[in-house]
Amino acid sequence: MMPLPAPALLAGAIDPQLPMHDFWPFTLTTIVKLAIVFSVYMVGVALLTYAERKISAWIQDRHGPMEVGPWGLLQVAADGVKNFMKEETYPAAANKTLFILAPMLAFIPALLTWAVIPFASPLPTPWGLMSMAVADLPVGFLFTLAISSLGVYGIVLAGWASNNKYALLGGLRSSAQMISYEIAMGMSTVAVLLLAGNVNLNTIILQQATMGWNVLLLSVAFLLFFVATYAETNRLPFDLPEAESELIAGYHTEYSAMKFSLFPISEYANMVTASALTSVLFFGGWDIPFTTWDNLPPWTVTKTLLTLGFFAMKVIFFLFTFMWIRWTLPRFRYDQLMSLGWKVMLPVALAYVVVVAGAVLALDMAHVARGTKAFSGALLLLNLACVAGLVVWMDRGRVVSPAASRLRGGELNRLRAVAGRSRLARVGLER
Amino acid sequence: MPVDYPLLYSFHFYLFGVIAVGSALLFVTRKSPVAAALWLVNVMFCLAALYVMMDAHFIGAIQVLVYTGAIMVVFLFVIMLLNLGHADGPADFRSPSTRMAAAVVGLALAGETLALLAAPMPRLPVVEVPENVVSPVARALFTDYLLAFEITSVLLLVAIIGAVTLAKRGVKA
Repeated sequence: MMPLPAPALLAGAIDPQLPMHDFWPFTLTTIVKLAIVFSVYMVGVALLTYAERKISAWIQDRHGPMEVGPWGLLQVAADGVKNFMKEETYPAAANKTLFILAPMLAFIPALLTWAVIPFASPLPTPWGLMSMAVADLPVGFLFTLAISSLGVYGIVLAGWASNNKYALLGGLRSSAQMISYEIAMGMSTVAVLLLAGNVNLNTIILQQATMGWNVLLLSVAFLLFFVATYAETNRLPFDLPEAESELIAGYHTEYSAMKFSLFPISEYANMVTASALTSVLFFGGWDIPFTTWDNLPPWTVTKTLLTLGFFAMKVIFFLFTFMWIRWTLPRFRYDQLMSLGWKVMLPVALAYVVVVAGAVLALDMAHVARGTKAFSGALLLLNLACVAGLVVWMDRGRVVSPAASRLRGGELNRLRAVAGRSRLARVGLER
Repeated sequence: MPVDYPLLYSFHFYLFGVIAVGSALLFVTRKSPVAAALWLVNVMFCLAALYVMMDAHFIGAIQVLVYTGAIMVVFLFVIMLLNLGHADGPADFRSPSTRMAAAVVGLALAGETLALLAAPMPRLPVVEVPENVVSPVARALFTDYLLAFEITSVLLLVAIIGAVTLAKRGVKA
């Protein structure tokens, strides 16, 4: 066993601005980071269930939970205790091993993905510079894609092992949905990786600090990624695996008590990860907008705390958006879901990769250096053109061009006559 | 000449190695296709861990993404859709021809392993892990192995056309 570094060594010899190299400080700080991130994550997920109920209540002009504790804040604890005390039920025809394994398989990938997400600027410590991600892997982004692709196992196996036709339908839907949208999600992020030139998440953040946030340079990629994350987290309008109006509760119909509870927990954990990834890939991660001092050494504790605050704000905004959309939009039909994924999002993502790759190649060949105003400006202009084109195409002539132009002349006159009559009827002037 | 590895490294190598071999044995002996597929997922996952231990982070991530993430989910999807998965217990090995085939393949593999162990291991120079893990793979893929890469995509195209043809035939009948 290696000796712990002596205090004298800590005081002088190691530069706090250089990355940590020694084994023991690295291991111990990683364990501390793990413990802190895990507890904040779990408490955050619990509070999210409260936030969801409150936000849904406000959107529907209700109060939401109000009885347990001030403003119902302890409702989370009450729900937790209830779920631990409830009886665990096992369907007679279920495959018991997989039935027990499935909630865990849903939950673990949801937690694991968070490991690579950098949540603040590096922190100087007496043992060297500490990266503010649990594991700052060189393949950071690919790791999140790989692990989040495992999340589908939990849902599919829950559906299959329950031996219940509604659960099986939910599981089948989820596997089809998640595979379809995973492809669109991966393809939409290729544009980001083209600009960053690396898959490490901290490199992607620094690229955005120099070039401008990707949401401005690659808005189409952002839109595709944003839609795909909703499908990947099974949130409305993509909650077909649950679809309570047609499948009772979909894949978790047969689950009770804490095993049931693990599915919502993993859903919220996935939402947190998706929000964090959206902010890292498109909104500069822990970058503070309109300044550059936060991205440059020397690193200080103040910088770490401030960037952490900004990152948290971004994540909370996207979490709110998740809930806002859930209580605003209705669910897709299955065929609509499939045609959106395969006939709209995948082709658009592929075409966009070609456009962005061509633009970057052209700018490189014209010797426009990356990070200059000319480079970002050119991409911004291209982006405006792409967004305008996408809006006009997606709109299908409903808003941008008047709806009337799609109708034949006679039909239009008939509709105008009907509209005129009903307007007259409303004000009581119809003769 | 044997190489001395750090204890932690050897421990993890044997841990993942044993899990991989054990899962592979369970994979070939299960009767239920769902159980077999899940054990295969476990094997793939352990292989990814071994790649990562060799500092091949990119290959490890792609291994999980492609094999465990995409291909095996499709496998499960098909198994569930055809509702094949409710058999139980170990697989059936009673047919003499399967036993013969298993013996031949097993002996061949054992011989190959022994031959490899007896041969001197090539000592490759240790390469520093690059800052950007993707570009070396990409450079090799699009220069030295371009033809193989493109032919693989043709293979995938053929598979897609085959799937579409099979689906269409079902519609007409």
